[in-house]
Amino acid sequence: MTNLIGVLYIIAFALFIYGLMGLTGPRTAVRGNWIAATGMGIAVVATLLTPGMSNWVLIALGIVLGALVGVPAARRVKMTAMPQMVALFNGVGGGAVALIAWVEFRTTGGYAAEPLYVAIASLFAALIGSISFWGSLIAFGKLQEILPGRPITLRQLQQPANIVLLLVAIAAAVAIIAGSDAEILMIVVLLAAAVLGVMVVLPIGGADMPVVISLLNACTGLSAAAMGLALDNTALIVAGMIVGASGSILTNLMAKAMNRSIPAIAAGGFGGTTALPSGTKEARPVRSTTAADTAIQMAYATNIVVVPGYGMAVAQAQHAVREMAQLLEAKGISVAYAIHPVAGRMPGHMNVLLAEADVPYEQLKEMDEINSEFPQTDVALVIGANDVTNPAARTDPGSPIYGMPILDVSASRSVIVLKRSMSSGFAGIDNDLFYEPRTSMLFGDAKSSVGEIVEELKNL
Amino acid sequence: MLVESLAVLVLAGFVGFAVISKVPNTLHTPLMSGTNAIHGIVLLGGLIVLGLGADGVLNKVLLVIAIAFGTINIVGGFLVTDRMLSMFKGHKKKDPE
Repeated sequence: MTNLIGVLYIIAFALFIYGLMGLTGPRTAVRGNWIAATGMGIAVVATLLTPGMSNWVLIALGIVLGALVGVPAARRVKMTAMPQMVALFNGVGGGAVALIAWVEFRTTGGYAAEPLYVAIASLFAALIGSISFWGSLIAFGKLQEILPGRPITLRQLQQPANIVLLLVAIAAAVAIIAGSDAEILMIVVLLAAAVLGVMVVLPIGGADMPVVISLLNACTGLSAAAMGLALDNTALIVAGMIVGASGSILTNLMAKAMNRSIPAIAAGGFGGTTALPSGTKEARPVRSTTAADTAIQMAYATNIVVVPGYGMAVAQAQHAVREMAQLLEAKGISVAYAIHPVAGRMPGHMNVLLAEADVPYEQLKEMDEINSEFPQTDVALVIGANDVTNPAARTDPGSPIYGMPILDVSASRSVIVLKRSMSSGFAGIDNDLFYEPRTSMLFGDAKSSVGEIVEELKNL
Repeated sequence: MLVESLAVLVLAGFVGFAVISKVPNTLHTPLMSGTNAIHGIVLLGGLIVLGLGADGVLNKVLLVIAIAFGTINIVGGFLVTDRMLSMFKGHKKKDPE
């Protein structure tokens, strides 16, 4: 039977790897996802074949509970809420690792009779799993806007506090490894890691959140691999480590797309660090415009670039935008969409949202491609995007987003910004673009504003 | 046993690195979501520890929660990834390149 399980595990690994390879290309991605899911199903069945399994009712209870929560949540979540859903799913994975490590401690009497490496791996899994669980919950809370998106820090105390927490967790772990079987020590490990997870994610500003979720994803993978070492289960080691490694690479790719270093993000405090005197920024004048004027201006343009942001997604304006683009195209005007790598709140998020609204794939232009086209653009229509258009990222070394690649919207002949109010973006920074002479603001809900523009275009 | 496990660990790490070498930005979110679903494999850990005879009410409760968490991670992860990816797929059909 153990041989059969081993063979099934190997089939599962092959499917995981093949599925993941599929996920890296747009054509094969859907199939890749299901191949990996099939691998997972095989791994679960193989594990249930383990000789001497009992507690079937409880096992069934756990799986049914999980399915009852997971399936509807995944089916109902809105496309705009996808990042926080991924954070939540990641978090429960980390939570599962931490709980299993805790039970391991309890059933083995503090790893008394276990080899040293089992204790070390299990405690590592507990530590990272707990950080990942609580960190992901905070990330969820921030993206869902239950918690404020702005960084929350203890200022100078932040780093020392984090280091102390980590040392406390490690000290408790070392005491357990040295032979103590006091359960309070295990609880200290889990709790210190929990507070650490909360403290590390709380100071991270909104724009960095995708990178953090990806980093936590890699952490959960690593903790699963460590759990696999402790339980001597190859499936956990392989799948956990593949996720740990690919997650690290992915985190790095995302950080590069935003020109951020991972240590800088983890050190925290991003966003809102340059607190300008609030009096000066309120006083600057902005030009506001109307839907009718916007429609006329666009109708006489040759090239229009739409710069969609999270605001468009929240207002569910993508379908209205699509309709507007069709009307413009019918007039012979070329319309393109400028997609910043982190538009929306995750890399590729905006592509998903626009794909949902049936925007043709070839009209979506990536940042490097579109930036050279802005000088030839008659109207750049910025819909609910903010930080990714902020020229301060190029010009102001004091700005927290300095160095982040931006869409060069201000190079176009005129800019129209659709925005609810003058409030700052998710990163909490004022945007100079709004005050430039070629920029006019169209205030209001993105969906109704675009709807008005569509009506005006029809009447022209 | 430890050395074997470590060998597997290191090799799996290299596979992970090799698979994600060049990914278009567009697929970052679905890929993150997909790898996220795979680490739901921790479910197996919960199944083994509970199935091979955990005693005591607290242990059982913790493990049932762990199994439920793992299942949410797997089922939710794969379904959400599929929903995201199917939006791209719809286009590919209309627009054969």
